[in-house]
This record gives sequence, C-alpha cells and structure tokens, in this order.
Amino acid sequence: MIFQHETLGDKLFRLIRDVILLLFCVIVLYPVIYVISASFSNPLFVMKNEVVLLPKGFTLIGYEKVFSNPDVWNSYKNTIVYTTVGTALNVILTSTGAFALSRKDFKGRNFWTFYITFTMFFSGGIIPVYLLIKQLNLYDTFWVMILPGVISAWNMIIMRTFFQSNVTMELQEAAIIDGCNDLVIFLKIALPLSMPIIAIMTLFYGVDHWNSFFGAMLYLSDRDKFPLQLILREILLQNISSGNVEGPAADQQIVGESIRYALIIVATVPILLVYPFIQKYFVKGVLVGAIKG
Amino acid sequence: MAQNTVRNIKNQQRIEKHGTFARDMFRSKYLYLLFLPTIVYFFVFAYMPLYGLLIAFKDYNPYQGIWGSPWAGLQHIRDFLHSVYFWRLIYNTITINIYDLLVGFPLPVILALMINSVKNNFMKRSVQTIVYLPHFISVIVVSGMLVSFLSPSSGIINYLIRALRGKAIHFLAEPGWFKSIYVLSGVWQNAGWNSIIYIAALAGIDAQLYESATIDGANNWKQLIYITIPGILPTIIIMLILRIGSLFSVGFEKIILLYNPLTYKTADVISTYVYRRGILGADFSYSTAIGLFNSLINFAMLVLFNQFSRKISETSLW
Repeated sequence: MIFQHETLGDKLFRLIRDVILLLFCVIVLYPVIYVISASFSNPLFVMKNEVVLLPKGFTLIGYEKVFSNPDVWNSYKNTIVYTTVGTALNVILTSTGAFALSRKDFKGRNFWTFYITFTMFFSGGIIPVYLLIKQLNLYDTFWVMILPGVISAWNMIIMRTFFQSNVTMELQEAAIIDGCNDLVIFLKIALPLSMPIIAIMTLFYGVDHWNSFFGAMLYLSDRDKFPLQLILREILLQNISSGNVEGPAADQQIVGESIRYALIIVATVPILLVYPFIQKYFVKGVLVGAIKG
Repeated sequence: MAQNTVRNIKNQQRIEKHGTFARDMFRSKYLYLLFLPTIVYFFVFAYMPLYGLLIAFKDYNPYQGIWGSPWAGLQHIRDFLHSVYFWRLIYNTITINIYDLLVGFPLPVILALMINSVKNNFMKRSVQTIVYLPHFISVIVVSGMLVSFLSPSSGIINYLIRALRGKAIHFLAEPGWFKSIYVLSGVWQNAGWNSIIYIAALAGIDAQLYESATIDGANNWKQLIYITIPGILPTIIIMLILRIGSLFSVGFEKIILLYNPLTYKTADVISTYVYRRGILGADFSYSTAIGLFNSLINFAMLVLFNQFSRKISETSLW
C-alpha cells in the first residue's frame, strides 16, 4: 500500500465511520451485558430497573433456582446428546456427499447437483413433512431430533465449493496413480486439507441443534425427551401466547425475574465459549463462492 | 450389405456407449458409496413430502392415507382465496418483508464497507467478533429478552419512557408495534452476520486496483464509487434476488413465539396461519393447500427476479 498524505475529508470520513461502528457494537453488546449483569443481581433491583450496566446486590439465587430445577437438568442432558450425535452425523454425511459432488468425474454429477439445489427453492412445507414423520413412526422418538435436517443442502454446496478449490484434481490424480481409491483419497487427503470448513460446519450444525425448538415442539410429546429450548420457552415465554404480556404473574414475579436471566445465561454459555475459537475461520473467505453454486 | 454395415457400426457404437457408461459408473462406485446417504436423505425428507402435497387437492384423512382420500380438486385453494384472512395474511407477509428489506438489506452492506475500510487489525477483528455474536443466540432467548426488556411494568425500555415522562407501552400487546419489534430484533440479531458475505467479497477485490487508483489521485470516495461498489455489486445482486424471491415467505419461528391473539391483526402471516390451521387445528388438506400456494408464489418470484436480473445486469443464480 502506498502511503499518502491524509486529507481533512479522509480524516473526517474515518472519524464518522469509527463512531458509527462503535455505536453499532454498543447496541449489539448492551442487551447481552445487561442480561449477564441482571443474572447476578438481586431480582428486586432488576425489577426496579436499578441495574444499568454492572450487577447490583450480587447474588447467585437465580442460578441456584435454575440448577435446582430437574426439568432444566434433564433437558440440558438431552440437548447435549442431540447436539453431539446430530452434529457428528451432520458433518460426516455432508462432507461425504460434498466430496462426491466436488469430483468432476463423478458420474451423474450435474443431475445430483440439481437434485440437491432444487430442494433449496421448493419444498413440501411443514404439513406434508409432519405427516411423513408420523407415517415413518419417527414421532416422539430420539431419531426425530436427528434425522430430519441431517443434511443441509446449503451447507453441502458450501462444502463442495471448498473441496473444489482446495483439494485439487491434480493432487487426487497423483494419489490415484499411487493406487489409492476414492475412499482413501477422501479420508487421507480431502479431510485433512479441509479442517477450516469442517470447523465451520461443526459450529453451524452444532448451534442449530443447540438452538432448535421447532422440531421438538412439533414432533415430541414426551417431556423426558424435551430439549433445553422447549423448557426455556415454557419458563421465558409462558404467558405470551395466552395474551398476558405483563410478564409472570405478580406473586411469582420476583422469583421469575431471578430465574429468567440466569436461565438465559446457562442456556447460552456453551455457544459463547465455543464461538471465539471458530470465529477466526469465518473471514478466511471460506464462504465466498458459496452463493454462486 | 451397406445397410448391414451401418447397422453393425451403430450396434457397436451402442455397445461402446453402454460400455463407457457402465465403466464410468464402476469407476464412480466409491463416490456413489459416499453419496448414497445424500440420495436417500433428500429422497425421503425432501421429495417424499412433495408427494404429500397431493393432499392439497384431496380431503385427507389419516385412515384412508394420501392416495385413498377422496379428491377435492381446487376447492381448498379456492376457499383460501375467498377466506376473510386471505388479504390480511398476504398484506402482513409482504409488509413485514418489505420493512425487513428496507432496513435489513442495506445495513449489512454498509457495515461490511465500514469494517473493510478499517486498517487497524485489532479493531477490525474485535468489531467482527462482536457483530457476528447475536446470530448464535437462540430465537427463544431473543424472544425471552424482548419480553423482559419490553415488559410494561419492569422492562428497561418502558423505564426509559417513564423517565422521559411518557406513558408505558404494552409493546407486545399493541398491534401497531409488532412489525417493528419483529424486524428490528431481527436486524439486531443478523445484520452483522449477513455482512460476512460482503466482507468476503470485498476481500476478493484486487488490491492493485486501489494502488493504481491512488497513484492516479483518486480519493477514498472515488475509490468507493469506482472500485469497491462495482466489485461487490454481483454479490449484492445475488443476495437481492434471493431476498426478493422470498418476499412471500416469513420465518414463522419468532412470530409464533411473540404473537398472541391481540396482535394477530398485524402479526399473522401465511406460515403462522398454516401452522395454526394445520398442526394445531389438524386441518391438513386446507393448510397444505395454503402452503403449496405459498411455495408456488415463492418459486415463481425467484425465477422471475432471476430472469429480470440476468437481463439488466448479467448476474443471476443460474
């Protein structure tokens, strides 16, 4: 880059930009910080709006309430299982499929690419899928939380594009000459070269599992199988569907307030812990080219 | 004799053609092994539901099954078109989308341009880490936060309003506020994340262009207009096609969590209505018909705008 004397206009431009960016960050972060602070504050102060930025009247009562709730424990365990098993299958099946699609010599490649992309633009909608799930006897089973959505067409296309540009055909041909078959090439060459995209896919799918509630809401009726998000919904949004938007009923309100914020934190912390480690891969340009599938 | 030769050659060609096909398939056998789960998955969970769409034209009942149920023709779609809810659903679906398009579409582009122009790497990375974050928070949690913040008695927003001598507002019970709450919380959650695609596109612009422009004396503003914007325009157009293509669809998850009978007037969209009629009301055929109607419009919109864009800008999805 060539350095040049900065004009006044350039300086002003930079100043305004920095102020806007800062403002944006504050708007994004403030609610998050507020929730964290409120979760450690005396619920009375929270209700009287005396918590502004930092915790006031430090207490762990909210967390005690959360952890003494058996529903929370059980659903937390369920969510961990759904997320690990689900994400493992997601990543395995998406990468095997994407690898095949990335190969120019894969017989029928164009047809299969269409077979997958078509589903991104036209789908049967929720009712036919719902009836299908019942017909397949998946309703209220463990697998209903894993199988529907086990491959995302969008993610498969992103991964295919990554393979195409990072696991070159020349490299693979050299391996073929050495007597490797496609399975060996996939395991020994393609996968080791694709750790960034695998990290991102793991995050995407993992977060989806962790945060999903709609499938569980539709397809589960057994409380013992409920994931964390459904329990969250009961506690955080219990009154809203009945039109009572006043928040929890007055007598339970204080207890309610203390548990709400702590619960949000407990439910979100795993994601906040993993996110910074994978975030660095986002910008590496792995996602570029994905849309021009 | 000559005819025979021709036939022989043709036969031989056919055999060879089949031979190469079989050979290619055989060569691809391991790739097919890797790809098999994909074929099965999409067949079961994406294509079998398309067969299920048949019930849009039937009076489905579970005992007779999809094929056995009596035909109803276009009756359900006709009922929907004449239903008292029809215009309300269409209106809400479109206005929420247009609201979101106007606010939610330009913001990520502007954000990406600003982030891209930051030279200080630490600042750049910090801003990115912060603005991507809300995307990973669950809809339930975001909705729960909204309920807390907007609560008329203890919410922080109403606290501010009262502090400014205003009257507390029942945000989630006022039909007039629903769309703003829905769209703005969505922007809060996703504007940063949606900027990634543009940041990636910006990173792909050739740095030499900027260098030679600087030598030619182009200032920041000129570089923005003549290099940066044209450089990411194809990406912007593709995102716009996708966005406009979904003008008739609204994700129902957050709406289902936040709406209530008081706000149905402005909050009820096609997908939430399908959910209420279909899943909660078990009115399968009617709701499938509405869903199909919606899917067809979406698909048509996408094709239309893709065509349109190809004509005026030579950028298209396919």
